[in-house]
Amino acid sequence: MRRREFLTQSAASIGGVLIYSRQVFRLSAQANQSIRIPLRFFSQAEALIIAAASSRIFPSDETSPGAREAGVAVYIDRQLAGPWGRDRYRYTQVPFEENAPAEFGYQGKATPQQIYRQGLKDLKGFHRLGPREQDQKLKQIEATLFFSLLRQNTIEGMFCDPMHGGNIDMMGWQLIGFPGPRMSNYEDVDTHFGEAFRPKPASLRQVTRGKVRPSEDLE
Amino acid sequence: MKTLPSVDVVIIGGGWTGLLMAKELGSRTALSVVVLERGGPRKTNDYGDDMDELDYTIRFRMMQDVSQETVTLRHDSSRRALPLRQHGSFLPGSGVGGAGEHWSGVCPRYLPDCFELLTHSIEKYGSKRLPEDHAIQDWGVTYEELEPHYTRVDLLLGISGKAGNIRGKQIEGGNIFEGWRSAEYPTPPTKIPYFSSMFAEAAKSLGYHPYPVPAATTSRAYTNPDGVSRSGCTYCGYCETFGCMIGAKSQPTNTLLPVIEKRKNVSIRTGAWVRRIVHDASENKGKASGVIYFDANGQEVFQPAGLVFLSSWTLNNTHLLLLSGIGEAYDPTTGKGALGRNLTHQVNFSAATAFLERPLNRFMGSGASGIMLSDLDGDLFDHSKLPFLRGGTLSARSARSLPIGEWGVVPESVKATWGPEWKKAALHYYDRTGRIGFSGEHLAYRDNYMDLDPVYKDHFGDPLLRLTLDWRENERKMADYVITKAIELAREMGAKDVTPFSGLQSYDATRYQSSHVQGGAIMGSSPERSVVNPYLQHWQLSNLFVLGASSFPQNAAANPTPTILALTYRTADAIVDRYLKNPAPLA
Repeated sequence: MRRREFLTQSAASIGGVLIYSRQVFRLSAQANQSIRIPLRFFSQAEALIIAAASSRIFPSDETSPGAREAGVAVYIDRQLAGPWGRDRYRYTQVPFEENAPAEFGYQGKATPQQIYRQGLKDLKGFHRLGPREQDQKLKQIEATLFFSLLRQNTIEGMFCDPMHGGNIDMMGWQLIGFPGPRMSNYEDVDTHFGEAFRPKPASLRQVTRGKVRPSEDLE
Repeated sequence: MKTLPSVDVVIIGGGWTGLLMAKELGSRTALSVVVLERGGPRKTNDYGDDMDELDYTIRFRMMQDVSQETVTLRHDSSRRALPLRQHGSFLPGSGVGGAGEHWSGVCPRYLPDCFELLTHSIEKYGSKRLPEDHAIQDWGVTYEELEPHYTRVDLLLGISGKAGNIRGKQIEGGNIFEGWRSAEYPTPPTKIPYFSSMFAEAAKSLGYHPYPVPAATTSRAYTNPDGVSRSGCTYCGYCETFGCMIGAKSQPTNTLLPVIEKRKNVSIRTGAWVRRIVHDASENKGKASGVIYFDANGQEVFQPAGLVFLSSWTLNNTHLLLLSGIGEAYDPTTGKGALGRNLTHQVNFSAATAFLERPLNRFMGSGASGIMLSDLDGDLFDHSKLPFLRGGTLSARSARSLPIGEWGVVPESVKATWGPEWKKAALHYYDRTGRIGFSGEHLAYRDNYMDLDPVYKDHFGDPLLRLTLDWRENERKMADYVITKAIELAREMGAKDVTPFSGLQSYDATRYQSSHVQGGAIMGSSPERSVVNPYLQHWQLSNLFVLGASSFPQNAAANPTPTILALTYRTADAIVDRYLKNPAPLA
């Protein structure tokens, strides 16, 4: 059994303290507090690298948060530990064809878990580099399968339902004005033409008042 | 192998066609009917908590499990095929209701001339104008014959829309180019979201004839002729790849299952994966005797039956016929054999992506709510100076507006694909981006076909189905033409930036196009060039009927579900009215 590993996440992005107002995020005074989130796949060092790399892909700035605040590394950790990371959803009969044309999709043998483990080897110490060096490092691996997975998973972690571990406090949804699974837009769909209509977001568990279980927890 | 007591009817696959046939035979006859569905059970109200883009749209929770079975693809017969290792260009469903659960609900009829495409095209243009390697055929059924059944489908699903042609009388605001309809749609058009209404205005000002998309996402509460009631759409936006949380989108589980569940003579067995249709030509000439399947516990079962319906997802129909050795497999070099020929998809793409000034609130809508136009469909525009035949529809719908899939679409001037500049541009354009979609006709060609793969196996050890498929010049030139029209429309809508579709190169199995794949077990008037007769009855085994889009000789641009259901109704009538009295070939 592996040693328990944790990722430290700022409490400002956990406790529902982000306030969305005119596209400006204000972090509360609790920003210095932090909590420890148990990891399922990554070691702590790996999680720090993924948190740093995903936040260069989807950075935070003075007006809005990014991948680090949204918990993207936690999302990716859970996906890799779950059925997707083990290739439960992919046809994996031989023979594989590592150099197939792009229009056939990924035809290689490695699972997402293996692709990440291999890719992380090239990013040792990445989280300790400055932003410019980090960007240079990512540019070097831009054409790799690992990077394209990391980029796609970063987007997923920004905008998935919060039950998957990312999009903490629905901050990704607030960024783009997406309200989540809103049960009825009947009165609004043919009005508000030309004006931003931004109902308060709600997550699937909030909307259904139920314990919906994500696929990574099922298999 | 366990042998069960014989039943009158066995139906392979519990999607739209299988459950419609089960409902018709279960209600109109006393026959014992067993539906074998390889996926899991579903109930009418199963979708209260599925509105999760990650698990349903990105991880394909409702789709066929490709880890167990997929298809292989090659672009021409000189190459080695590779398996589609993950879902991509089309999405087969699984479980009770099949792909009919996760569809968008776009419900146009086919243009009348589609059913006689070969005859029509030769009459109008001469045979020299057809592509040299085409395999176009007439269907063996006409629009006139099918119209009453289309009307039954409208009523069954409660389709929302605006008629444009009632018995020859053209009606403004509807699709004036459609084939004649015997009646108005049963429910009024859906509400129209902002982007779609902008598209309608632009289309009108350019001289087109836009109309509301015919929608199975019903505009208001509706009770169909079977007494099945459904609520009206609330435009939550979770349609395609989801089941409808309130049942406003017509699905087999909320439209057919409520009737079937009341019939004691119909049962549905889930987890029942049919491996073979059994037939013994020497002892039981011209008949199927039943099916062999693996049940949910892995037990091999023989289910004898008097009448067999093959109604799985379109490609799986051809696969099971090939595995069962029923009919002669098509050979493209000799042109002999009918099973597997005329594989077509649909020429589907976002013709123009429009970047607009104002926010669109595009989280609101449904898979089918929107506006389309048919001015460039079929043979409705002059092709005499154009380098292609046929056409398709342009539309602005609000389907697939969920954030993981839609994030990061930016004008071509933005070169970054990650980092601060990319984030800033993507944030700005996220709710200012709309797509003008094209659904175009894919002609049949001699070398687009299906057979069994010599290398790759499914998890039972049987060969996978192999697709040999690529686009031809007709599709590529049609695409180039409509892209220019879509750009004009986007500009007219006020788009400052427009990204046109990059054009059709070789068939791309990673880009979702549509789940509208056709052919393999096609219908027609000759046993040499078709697998089933115009009543979808197998030419060689008269008690075997093969339902669904596998019977289409070629794609017909529009979405296929109403046509699939209309043909199923027609077959049900022929069985109840004629076949049961005299179990013999119907044609």
